[in-house]
Amino acid sequence: MALLDYTRRAMLAAGTATAIALSAISLSAQTPDDVLVVGQIAEPKALDPAAVTAVNDFRILMNLYDGLVRYKDGTLEVEPALATSWDISDDGTVYTFSLRQDVKFHDGSDFNADAVKFNFDRMLDEAHPYHNTGPFPLSFFFSAIVSVEVVDSMTVKFTLNAPYAPFLSNLAYPTGLIVSPDAVAKHGTDFGRNPSGTGAFKFGEWRSNEAVVVEANSGHWEGAPKLQAVVFRPITDANTRTAEMLAGGIDMMVEVPPVALSKFQGDGYTLHEQAGPHVWFLILNAKEGPFSDVRVRQAANYAINKEAIVNDVLEGTAAVAAGPTPPAFAWAYNNSLEPYPYNPDKARQLISEAGADGAELTFYVTEGGSGMLDPVAMGTAIQADLQAVGLKVNIETYEWNTFLGEVNPGLEGKADMAEMAWMTNDPDTLPFLALRTEAWPDKGGFNSGYYSNSKVDELLEAARASTDQNERARLYKDMQTIVQEDAPWVFVANWKQNAVTSDRVSSFSLQPSFFLLLNNVDKN
Amino acid sequence: MLGYILKRLLSAIPVLLGISIIVFLIMAMIPGDPATAILGSYATPENVEKLNRDLGLDKPLFKRYFIWLGNILQGDFGRSYSLNKNVIDEVIERFGATLILAGTSFIMCSLIGICAGVLSSAKQFKLTDKLITFIVLLGISIPSFFLGMMMILLFAVHLRWFPVSGMWPIYGARDLTALISHLALPASALAVVATGVIARLSRSAMLEILRQDFIRTARAKGLDEKTVIWRHALRAAMVSILPILGIQAGFVLSGAVYIEMVFQWPGVGRMLVDAILKRDILLVQGGVVFVAACYVIFNIAVDVAQHLLDPRIKA
Repeated sequence: MALLDYTRRAMLAAGTATAIALSAISLSAQTPDDVLVVGQIAEPKALDPAAVTAVNDFRILMNLYDGLVRYKDGTLEVEPALATSWDISDDGTVYTFSLRQDVKFHDGSDFNADAVKFNFDRMLDEAHPYHNTGPFPLSFFFSAIVSVEVVDSMTVKFTLNAPYAPFLSNLAYPTGLIVSPDAVAKHGTDFGRNPSGTGAFKFGEWRSNEAVVVEANSGHWEGAPKLQAVVFRPITDANTRTAEMLAGGIDMMVEVPPVALSKFQGDGYTLHEQAGPHVWFLILNAKEGPFSDVRVRQAANYAINKEAIVNDVLEGTAAVAAGPTPPAFAWAYNNSLEPYPYNPDKARQLISEAGADGAELTFYVTEGGSGMLDPVAMGTAIQADLQAVGLKVNIETYEWNTFLGEVNPGLEGKADMAEMAWMTNDPDTLPFLALRTEAWPDKGGFNSGYYSNSKVDELLEAARASTDQNERARLYKDMQTIVQEDAPWVFVANWKQNAVTSDRVSSFSLQPSFFLLLNNVDKN
Repeated sequence: MLGYILKRLLSAIPVLLGISIIVFLIMAMIPGDPATAILGSYATPENVEKLNRDLGLDKPLFKRYFIWLGNILQGDFGRSYSLNKNVIDEVIERFGATLILAGTSFIMCSLIGICAGVLSSAKQFKLTDKLITFIVLLGISIPSFFLGMMMILLFAVHLRWFPVSGMWPIYGARDLTALISHLALPASALAVVATGVIARLSRSAMLEILRQDFIRTARAKGLDEKTVIWRHALRAAMVSILPILGIQAGFVLSGAVYIEMVFQWPGVGRMLVDAILKRDILLVQGGVVFVAACYVIFNIAVDVAQHLLDPRIKA
């Protein structure tokens, strides 16, 4: 029995060691007071607003920086921020901004017209001494800018090459956030890891793959935030993020997976939801095959049970879409639009009128991708609905990058329909890039289904050139009515962003822009 | 001996060159380029072309390979676009975290696996043996990522004995206790399968030795069972157990990828997964080449150790 004695002794030793180790561990997973710990979905690429493209990074940046303008709380309408007011020339090509006085960057340098000019020149002028701190993938947001001039220290003038109505809302987008020229000069290509802006929080530290810490900026022009600090933790795996929230390791979690929502129904948690400027749709090939007939396109809109998709497949994390413009653009959204009702009989009737009974369709589905929600399950549900009205659908599934490589050059000769989703910051962007005749793939646009309606083209061109928001709203509303009737797409869903906060967090709400604004949030 | 080591090191060079070519070609062939991954919906041909130019990806393939290889030979692995950081700094930092995880796990599975195998062989067909064989089979059959999630649910969410994820506490001291508490769950989850494999193979290696004449002699001359098993039999069996440990070390290292994803361990496996998804070509290439080099060197070390342990194995 000597052998067993030996192991018993070893077990005892191991057990004691474990017990000692355990007793040393603090069992409380509570996060500190006044410090908000946010569970993010990924490590940020950089904290330089001009250099990043991901919503994940924007969540941090919006708290570190301010832009000239920003979205009014709870809307996608522009209001003053670092600029207190602005004038637009009658032809819509010259914007003159008056800047806010006495604002300082976190590094102590002054915010003024020179700083604004520096920011846009850095992004747009390849000869600028700090253009090498890029690349700046979203600089085309501002490609309409011809020049940025300093009128006086607190006035700056932008000249555009043509009237471009989305300009102001592009300035409110993170790409337009203003960075400290001194900090860029000091850190060069490492600026993205040593950020300095004017925002409500200033940069604390960045521990790779662990956390980005930002601290309250007591000198912020809107007053100091209530929190002392915010810690952004990258937790890529959604299950692990959920477990951290349940274990109390984080106070706030973004992008809760639909299957985990029920875990946060009870006391102790608040579930936040907010529909955003997102639309999930099917591109229909209007150039050839059954969908070249408008009746078959409408039939597809009637045949697909969108309620079932948003409630059952997506567990209520999306709303049924009525048209090409998401309702989050409240000022430009046509409220009189009703989504196509689920009506398989009507669909069958339209299909037989068009003589498309039993038509075979090729359907491009992606495995996943930015804003695509649950594309495989949604694609399968759609296939079944179309099958039920007599259309035989063959699904072809692609990995996201391959998928984009197939869909963006156009569906001609390859497929009849494809999944797609867009998230934008202005009602102009998506229809302008994906519904105009001038936006067909061979002309460099995203109109992969070759929809063409000269009236829609006219409305979109006019809306882009107008600087009067009411006028623009009217044009977009007319456009939506026509497009819904023409049905170049099947309008499926508008994604609702969600987040969970623990009961220690108060005064938080999600924004339709999907940005995470924390300057008013409190924790006790 | 020195000649043997030198020869093995020289033979590693074509292996590493081959790996560099394969990983380079794979990254060039997989659909989607960094520009498309960065731009997402905004990937117009025009935007993609401009960004590719900015990223230096517009040169021909073979030219890019030789520029990259030339730079690596001078110790320059390039700059990761997705992390905005030098590749080699990131890889070394992350590889350190992986070594801590995989190393702990490897020590756990070697010790427990060998002990279980020895115990099992010494008590062949007795209850202890059957119990151990059953547990081992169970361990081998559970996928480590699933086990990891279940461990999180039980030990971190319900019992709250250990933190859910990460390597260090967000607040508080970064000392050994903090590290151990973060390490306990992932290292155990990672060790389970390898423990099972080592236990099984140790058991059969031991059984073979226990049937040999010198063991009978040892018992006949009155040595106690403990000495016979641990000093004589295990020592002889180690010659066949050691290569198993070498293979399992590789297994633990590659298994760390899943575990690092589940436990958000900031290791090189998670780094590579993120880098592949973001099409961060230089980071993937640099990471793979670095890990491959470490693995090749580790294998040479195991061979050398085996050579030292049993001089009959010819160089």
